[in-house]
Amino acid sequence: MSALPLPAGDALLWRPEPYRIERVRRDLADTFSLDLVPAGGGAPLAFRPGQFNMLYAFGLGEVPISISGDAEAGGPLVHTIRAVGPVTEAMRGLRAGAVLGVRGPFGSHWPVVEAEGMDLVIIAGGVGLAPLRPAIYYALRHRRRFGRVCIFYGARTPDDLLYKAELKRWRGEFDLVVDVTVDRASHDWAGKVGVVTRLVEGGGYDPLHTVALVCGPEVMMRYAARALLARGVAREGIFLSLERNMKCAVGLCGHCQLGPHFVCKDGPVFRLDQVERLLAVDEL
Amino acid sequence: MGEITGLDRLLGEHPFFAGMPPDVAKLLAGCARNVVFEAGRYVFREGGAADQFYLLRHGTVTLEVRVPGREPLVVDTLQEGDVIGWSWLLPPYQWSMDARAQTLVRTLALDAVCLRGKLDAEPALGYELFRRFVPVMGRRLMAARLQLADLYARPSGGRG
Amino acid sequence: MKRLTLDGLEALFAALRGQGFELIGPQLRDAALVLGPLEHAAELPVGWTDTAQDGGRYRLARRPDRAHFGYVVGPQSWKRYLFPPEEVLFRARRSGEGFALDPAEPPPRRAFIGVRACDLAAIQVQDRIFVHDPGYQARRAAAFIVAVNCTEAGGTCFCVSQDTGPQARGGFDLALTELCTDARHAFVAEAGSAAGAALLDALPGEAADAADLAAARDAIAHAAAHMGRRLDNAGLAEALRARLEHPHWQQVAERCLSCGNCTMVCPTCFCANVEDRASLDGDSAERVRSWDSCFNLEHSYIVGGNVRSSGAARYRQWLTHKLAHWHDQFGVSGCTGCGRCITWCPVGIDITAEAAALRAG
Repeated sequence: MSALPLPAGDALLWRPEPYRIERVRRDLADTFSLDLVPAGGGAPLAFRPGQFNMLYAFGLGEVPISISGDAEAGGPLVHTIRAVGPVTEAMRGLRAGAVLGVRGPFGSHWPVVEAEGMDLVIIAGGVGLAPLRPAIYYALRHRRRFGRVCIFYGARTPDDLLYKAELKRWRGEFDLVVDVTVDRASHDWAGKVGVVTRLVEGGGYDPLHTVALVCGPEVMMRYAARALLARGVAREGIFLSLERNMKCAVGLCGHCQLGPHFVCKDGPVFRLDQVERLLAVDEL
Repeated sequence: MGEITGLDRLLGEHPFFAGMPPDVAKLLAGCARNVVFEAGRYVFREGGAADQFYLLRHGTVTLEVRVPGREPLVVDTLQEGDVIGWSWLLPPYQWSMDARAQTLVRTLALDAVCLRGKLDAEPALGYELFRRFVPVMGRRLMAARLQLADLYARPSGGRG
Repeated sequence: MKRLTLDGLEALFAALRGQGFELIGPQLRDAALVLGPLEHAAELPVGWTDTAQDGGRYRLARRPDRAHFGYVVGPQSWKRYLFPPEEVLFRARRSGEGFALDPAEPPPRRAFIGVRACDLAAIQVQDRIFVHDPGYQARRAAAFIVAVNCTEAGGTCFCVSQDTGPQARGGFDLALTELCTDARHAFVAEAGSAAGAALLDALPGEAADAADLAAARDAIAHAAAHMGRRLDNAGLAEALRARLEHPHWQQVAERCLSCGNCTMVCPTCFCANVEDRASLDGDSAERVRSWDSCFNLEHSYIVGGNVRSSGAARYRQWLTHKLAHWHDQFGVSGCTGCGRCITWCPVGIDITAEAAALRAG
């Protein structure tokens, strides 16, 4: 009857753990953050920057959401969610005290430990700043382990900038380059207007000793990678976080495939040279 | 002469002049002068004669499109090290949008009328200028196209 | 090795029933050989064959003998019992502000009767895919496998190319080779597990002699020598990886209906949808997994659109996954040479021919 050993924990593979919403933050018109703690008490699960959880709204559905809090703070699990469909819309209506299901954490992570000793360039587009925030927290906690640290952030308009207060604080309090640009603005916006890839030309980092972490719409990431390469950053030093349709999160539903990769378990964070050729093929 | 020598140095420090042959640089210096704009002042206005271009030395300049009944729409910002304006190279030599100093702005203004006069006689000058302006135009066109793509727009019809 | 008579086969069925197994095996229904529950050996498609398969063609025919396993494979594979077309992954009820999950149900104990070598290999492929899936592993551990070695080959068979058959090489509890001639009708039985050996010991029959073993060997060799198709795997994965933008994908797409039949009949395809449902009163909910196909437009959904909108992109996804990327993901090919995707394609698209064309180009 050829029984196979079932790795520990797999019995829970599909089964969400109840987590209680401790706090809700309204980040943007359509984007909000939830602080989650285990409904039955105990410590929230541990994760590494760049990983994601599957969040379950009872009876309605499950969505992959990256973890946007501090991996070393030991506090609640923080998820920043953009309402784009029925499940995330329903989550937007939830208040503190409501319960969600959580499965995770899943996927690969930003190579923040491996990047120590190097300059760190973080490039975010739109809500792509959320999956990068744990990497920023890591760099801030261990600031002395890095050379120059640059955050380049692009969004649609000034009203679409995520974590505005934090961006301001990071710019003021730490030894960081924080450069923000928007695609369009009215005249009262005192910051930059233009695409985020232009910021890559500045920042004063040393391209030969740089690790770059990039997250945003796929088109923006392609161009950001090109701008980094043009500055002389090595392919092996550029990391992207990809989005595909992640449903099972463990590589067995087949939906998130990109060539040989399951984005849910081999990614979402990939080194550029792992996916560069695949991203260049239409409809892959 | 002191004035000219100072301009030479300022020109030489601007990234736009990196690798410029000395004779061309000298020729350009002859058409250059220091110009400062206070915050809020226009560097040029849409439709105006494009008879200068500017090397931005300090501050931020916004490129804006006027919209009736609304605040002007800012479509690009230029920083220290950037070049402002290339309409002076192409007929009908008119600015196609507004450029405004967002902060105190220090520039080197180059007299385009003077330069245009020299371009036909000095192919080397034309080559050096086009060699520098074409990548700037290319980069801005690329950027404009990406902005046009509206990458961060809220997607419709999401399922999750 | 033991030689069973027809009575011995019936005794095997009875013994499995006696151990509490539900027997699942091939049977004749709607002019096809399909899988379903059965109790007696006589319910097998005795005297029928289906070997005259071709691209888009499947017809049953009468055999001149009373062979019980004188056919190859029908549209269904054992996948539907280990990875069912629709499966409840959990049920949950509201409790207070939160929810509670019902405990998982125990898996059914099933005996699979007549698993061919290609399908046995497919089960082993899915074992790798679902290594972390608790439901699959529970059903798998509860299954008893009676393999049958093929002594004839079908028109779309190519297990020899895929090195999976026609002889079952492990992964079974019992394996049978049917010898059906004018002179005799017997089954040479081999145990592949302790459970299989114990069961075989208790069955009536004599030890197989040298003549039995030679006859079985010859019969399997006959099947191996008569494969309807062949697929040259040498360098194929590399060639496909390098030809993602080959014009041939478009040529296949002009014939392909994107119906997804190939993925439904494939014994290794594993793509699935996961859907959460709630009762009308909102007090209970369930998560259901159901078969999906990479030929469905929405398979490649991402927020804002579908990545693979053209038929060419979807066929490319299927073929490159099966024959190239599967190796990267699971260390084996995703094709076991059963030939179902060729037979059940309504327009007769032939994986072996398309792979050869892409390699040649």
